[in-house]
Amino acid sequence: MGAIYIDPAIQRATINYDECVECSTCYRGMSQEHLNPVMVRTVRRIAKFFRFRFEPEPDVCPTAAFVMEDLEWPRIVRRVFSDPLVEHKSTGIHGRGTEEVKTNDVAHRVGVGEAGYVIEFGRPGVGVRFREIQTVTMALARLNVAFEAKNPITHLMTNQATGELKPDLLNEKILSAIVEIKTAVERVPEVLEAVDEASRRIDTVLAVGVSTRCDERGEEKVLSALLDEHGYSHHRAKTNLGLGRVTNVAKAQEAPRDEHVASVR
Amino acid sequence: MTNTLHRYGNSESFRDDYILFAIPCRGKNDDGAVEKLKTFLRICARHQPANMGNSSFGSYRPSSHLNPTSHWRRDYTQDFESVIDAVHRPGTVAAVFDAKDKAEAALREVIQADLGLSINMSTSVEGAQQCCQSTGITRHSVEYSLGFWDRHDHLPNSQVQELSTMCGHGMVSFNLAKKMLDMVREGRRTPDEAVLTLARFCPCGVYNPARAKRLLEEARTRQR
Repeated sequence: MGAIYIDPAIQRATINYDECVECSTCYRGMSQEHLNPVMVRTVRRIAKFFRFRFEPEPDVCPTAAFVMEDLEWPRIVRRVFSDPLVEHKSTGIHGRGTEEVKTNDVAHRVGVGEAGYVIEFGRPGVGVRFREIQTVTMALARLNVAFEAKNPITHLMTNQATGELKPDLLNEKILSAIVEIKTAVERVPEVLEAVDEASRRIDTVLAVGVSTRCDERGEEKVLSALLDEHGYSHHRAKTNLGLGRVTNVAKAQEAPRDEHVASVR
Repeated sequence: MTNTLHRYGNSESFRDDYILFAIPCRGKNDDGAVEKLKTFLRICARHQPANMGNSSFGSYRPSSHLNPTSHWRRDYTQDFESVIDAVHRPGTVAAVFDAKDKAEAALREVIQADLGLSINMSTSVEGAQQCCQSTGITRHSVEYSLGFWDRHDHLPNSQVQELSTMCGHGMVSFNLAKKMLDMVREGRRTPDEAVLTLARFCPCGVYNPARAKRLLEEARTRQR
């Protein structure tokens, strides 16, 4: 985010709170030395005066200066959506709080003939405000698509029919968030075109994924053909290997039958 | 989260990047999942993963108690055991391999263990298909990455993106990746040192140090 900078007026590292997305990386990712701050500043000033290159380990905070602050609504959503170690209470999942097709062999979220979309705003590394996400969710809502119920952004909608989000969140900036929708596979070009058009009206980046079921032989020729036909490059993928099953005792008896039983040959 | 799905690079650049991860589904197969997740990681650890993680930390971690001598004597050892021991609740665990044969060997053992958890592989479409064919897997579902859509030119050059996007949660910033590229080019850090600086920021352990090292070596003489 580049939220930390040296303020020339006070000559100290300063956090731009409007840009900071509360991802905790500075606090968690940096190793610490717990040195005396006065001594550290003095050494740095001497090195600067003599034009020495000051070259410590880039991932060490010598004074352990970072502390985590208690956050209140609505700022707390920045941490929930930016820090991968914070669990989304709405879904019980860390990271961006989504299961997508990772558990599709058990949860059957995306069925035969369907396409699941994961539209991630702000990734990689740019960040996004909820206002920009809303621009796209409203565009998607006009297409009459189904927003995934077990998704943190869906939980923040005040109206799923219009795609509107809670108004007090709109100016909050986060590292990234995923909108999940599902349609019939034939609608993939139409939906992607709408996302593309809406993405031009928002000042951030997107990472887009589309998923579907494989057939009984483990082949997938429908979605990939559509993507090829419409010029979408898709050389990397996440593949659910079909090794999962319902094992919780109470749930095993009511597990739905899968259309294509994928298993080890 | 799609933290393993979107990595910058063409299909060929994922020749040393195979991620296997296990995830329980809440309410469906999460009873007793902790021990199964540990079993998954133990299997992966036997096949020389490049990195491994438990959603809280990976095999390279920052330290909260360094002293100034650490600038010359940093600990570069991987700690798989801590990653395994620290799994205490159902969640995603992952291992990344730098060769297809290692990933396949681990996958064969995972199949035999019959854990009942959802197992996924993230790599090139072609690489995953080859692994499935050689291990006798019928793919259940597939999620294609359509890449990054940058309509307003926010993203840095391809080498920075390749290094940075290996942490899908965005914990390896563009600025840090660029700094490491510069330090390696200027001979101020070796690729091995630079890679571990980057990997320590990835809390889920899917950052691929082997691929990062190759990319840094390539970047030393060729800027894209």
